[in-house]
Amino acid sequence: MRKLLIKGGRVIDPGRGVDRVADVLVTDGVVRGLGSGIDPPEGSAVIDAAGMVVCPGFIDLHCHLREPGFEYKETISTGTLAAARGGFTTVCAMPNTSPAMDTRATVDFVTRTAKEQGSVRVLSIGCVTRGSMGKELAEMGELAEAGVIGFSDDGLPVSDSNLMRQALTYASAHGLPIIDHCEATGLSRDGVVSEGWVANHTGLRSVPRSAEDVMAARDISLAELTGGRLHIAHVSTAGAVRAVRDAKARGLNVTCEATPHHLTLTDRAVLGRHGGAAPGEFDPLTPAAYDTNSKVNPPLRGAEDVDELVRALAEGVVDVIATDHAPHGAVDKLCTFDEAAFGISGLETALGSVTSLVHAGKIGLSSLIERLTVGPARFLIDSSAAVDHRIGTLQDGAPADVTVFDPGAEWVVDPSEFASKGKNTPLDGATLRGRVTATVVGGEVRYAL
Amino acid sequence: MSVETGGGPADGVVSEGSAGVRAAGRRRHVLDLDDFTRDEIAAVIDKTRAMKEVLHRDIKKAPALRGKTIVTMFYEPSTRTRVSFEQAGKVLSADVINVTGGGSSVEKGESLYNTALTIQAMSADVIVIRHPHSGAPHFLASRLGSSIINAGDGSHAHPTQALLDLFTIHSHTGSIEGLRVVIVGDLLHSRVARSNMWGLVRMGARVALCAPPTLIPSDFRDGSLRRPCHPFAGVEVETSIERALEGADVVMALRLQLERQRAGHIPSLREYSRTYGISGSRLKLARPGALVMHPGPMNEGVEIEPDVAHGARSVIEEQVTNGVALRMALLHSLAAQDRFEA
Amino acid sequence: MSAPQRPTRVLDRDEMRRALTRIAHEVLERNGGSEGVVLVGLQTRGVPLAARIAALIGQFEARAVPVGALDATLYRDDGFRAAASPMRPTEMPFDIGGQRVVLVDDVLFTGRTIRAAMDALNDFGRPSHIQLAVLVDRGHRELPIRPDFVGKNVPTSPDEEVDVRVAEIDGSDQVLLVARKGG
Repeated sequence: MRKLLIKGGRVIDPGRGVDRVADVLVTDGVVRGLGSGIDPPEGSAVIDAAGMVVCPGFIDLHCHLREPGFEYKETISTGTLAAARGGFTTVCAMPNTSPAMDTRATVDFVTRTAKEQGSVRVLSIGCVTRGSMGKELAEMGELAEAGVIGFSDDGLPVSDSNLMRQALTYASAHGLPIIDHCEATGLSRDGVVSEGWVANHTGLRSVPRSAEDVMAARDISLAELTGGRLHIAHVSTAGAVRAVRDAKARGLNVTCEATPHHLTLTDRAVLGRHGGAAPGEFDPLTPAAYDTNSKVNPPLRGAEDVDELVRALAEGVVDVIATDHAPHGAVDKLCTFDEAAFGISGLETALGSVTSLVHAGKIGLSSLIERLTVGPARFLIDSSAAVDHRIGTLQDGAPADVTVFDPGAEWVVDPSEFASKGKNTPLDGATLRGRVTATVVGGEVRYAL
Repeated sequence: MSVETGGGPADGVVSEGSAGVRAAGRRRHVLDLDDFTRDEIAAVIDKTRAMKEVLHRDIKKAPALRGKTIVTMFYEPSTRTRVSFEQAGKVLSADVINVTGGGSSVEKGESLYNTALTIQAMSADVIVIRHPHSGAPHFLASRLGSSIINAGDGSHAHPTQALLDLFTIHSHTGSIEGLRVVIVGDLLHSRVARSNMWGLVRMGARVALCAPPTLIPSDFRDGSLRRPCHPFAGVEVETSIERALEGADVVMALRLQLERQRAGHIPSLREYSRTYGISGSRLKLARPGALVMHPGPMNEGVEIEPDVAHGARSVIEEQVTNGVALRMALLHSLAAQDRFEA
Repeated sequence: MSAPQRPTRVLDRDEMRRALTRIAHEVLERNGGSEGVVLVGLQTRGVPLAARIAALIGQFEARAVPVGALDATLYRDDGFRAAASPMRPTEMPFDIGGQRVVLVDDVLFTGRTIRAAMDALNDFGRPSHIQLAVLVDRGHRELPIRPDFVGKNVPTSPDEEVDVRVAEIDGSDQVLLVARKGG
């Protein structure tokens, strides 16, 4: 019998309203009770969690592991190692691989590779349309059998409204959601930053907030029409937040996620970090401006959007914090802003980013952990019978996926230390407060600081 | 010339440092006018005046930049601006290498980064870059040891054009302070307008912008300019050309890219010309003797009528001549220094 | 660091006038009159001094001498400093070919500025002679250059500065000897 004792931490288990100092005992990969003063059973490993927070392992509904096809950006091995370093014990891989996850074969490949090489649990998301081309539906039935937990053409919206309607309807037969990247491409065109002063000052082509608002409104309307499950990926505008709030109030089957970067950064990140400090709104541009590592889709927005997004996170209108971890190779970002790939390598800075919201008093620690654990767990449990219904909690018998972190620890982001192959973060050199110290997956310590 | 390169980043050449626009208190790069002080612009104007005399000599050559290497990288066709820099460099005795044209790496689509590394290895003192992407000069400035001059990047900035515009105005009026300068045209996409705004505002001009609302950045129309902390606070935004021209000391017409019609920004060139074209009768609304400017190349009959473009108040030809002197002034200020270490 | 030394006056207004008058006479004497003589003042303070000498010559002789202004910045051998120093326009509204050019400057020190000025002059033509007039010669030459006409020789130490003030630019006429700033 393999045993592990996580001793003396502040156990926060939002699913069960637990927040107290306790020891967590793990036996054979399963949680076997909370208590105080538990003596380490003979032969057991011990994690000293004094002064730390001990909580259910984080679940990331949205990341890009890049394998198969883009192994120079990330592999399942490096991506899941990055996940473990970020406190994530389960990650859901987006299907924009090459070949795309629009057939069972690719999904099986990912599942198998993750079992052999992964540091954390990996679930897959299937394509909505074949090759994510937006033309014909992928074989959703087969993908559902392969165990996908939802469908998405992430990175590309399903622009054809009728196809989106069919997708929502068809997927509902399998109880699976459509996860849409809401972007009206007619409005966003070739924009690379959010509309506003930063775009104006830098001369970069801009994307209006309406590009997201319009698509979110369309998707919600179609969810209502079809009764299907809709999950809106990486919400970033105040308008889209209002649309989701309204949809929820009307009882529609709509959920949404927000990323740590959209919750904590504005388009000012595009101006770069000159000498380590972020420049003021109206400061002259420095050579550090046009930081390609801040190029992401949807783009980083204005302060009003961030405020509304954080409010919605605290309210629970935003159900889930998801990283949209989008690792890229150096060459994908070592170019002009226009040429750079969209995406931020986010798994390893997620916790340190969002704990700033707790330190600023904008959300309680327990609520924040809820959005990283029970929130996404609910989504997964709704999606798949194969997912243990106790996931996201520390109740007896739950799989022992546990994250230990120090909410007050300050550290300086150094991408060269990332486990991820993607060093593309706008937080290079930034000081974050809140750091994962240990990650346990199924009772095994996958990461310890 | 053609530059070939196969290698990746070379050690000791590339610096990811956070070097600023200035080093040791001296200007190192000219990326835009947003970081120019009023005194600095005044000094550039003075120096340009001195440089202009050199161009009128029989022997148009001074040894100031002997042994210095200036590389021009033009990723957009612009014979006029490139030749202007080339002449400026050569008058000051610098070696000028143009990376442009047939068979060059610029045309082959080699990455800007690799091309720049090769040029860095050639020990360029100054790199002059024109690029269709906003921020390309900043990309080089943050990674190379050379001084960078922005010769126009995307829709962002064209600081040397703006400085020569300021010089041209100053040479006619003696001062820019208090002048009403009206910029008419595609403000949404114009790098010339953007750089001129920084320079004009810094020099105390009263700037008015005029364009159809579809060609004005949305944050110039939403009340942001009323915020006192906004760098363009007090800049006037007009959609009526008649109101804008009233009392103008300087009228600056911008080139209208002909593809704006296709993109739905304007119904037709004809309507644009009818509504915003600078004509003789419209010019009567401006102050007597108001200067008419255009950064070129002009679409005569679209944004400006030929009789105005070539009329008595036009200083458009002068702008071109002043361009060489202005670029001499900038090259001298940057290249005569010791080479910055990466 | 010692307390800043009080500036010593080397020339007052009248002494300056007398010095320039003497230079004007010497220029005429050396060149046998004003025929073929042009004055070229070095930017900045050499320019008004050249104009004054020209005016004095105009008083002594029927024929006035032409005056030019020369900025030698682009010919200096210290590019790093030259790049940052202000540049004034050069005005040479006459042909110097075959002329006797008298360069006029306020202070002669290392001789490097004069070397630069002579290079610059060559780009405008081939004078028959180049002569040098300075208000103050403070010594410490670094090049084989000597003045033809000197207002006053002022022995100095290298950490002193000669501060020439002319009414046209500075509002008064005087020459001061001051300790070098931060020296």
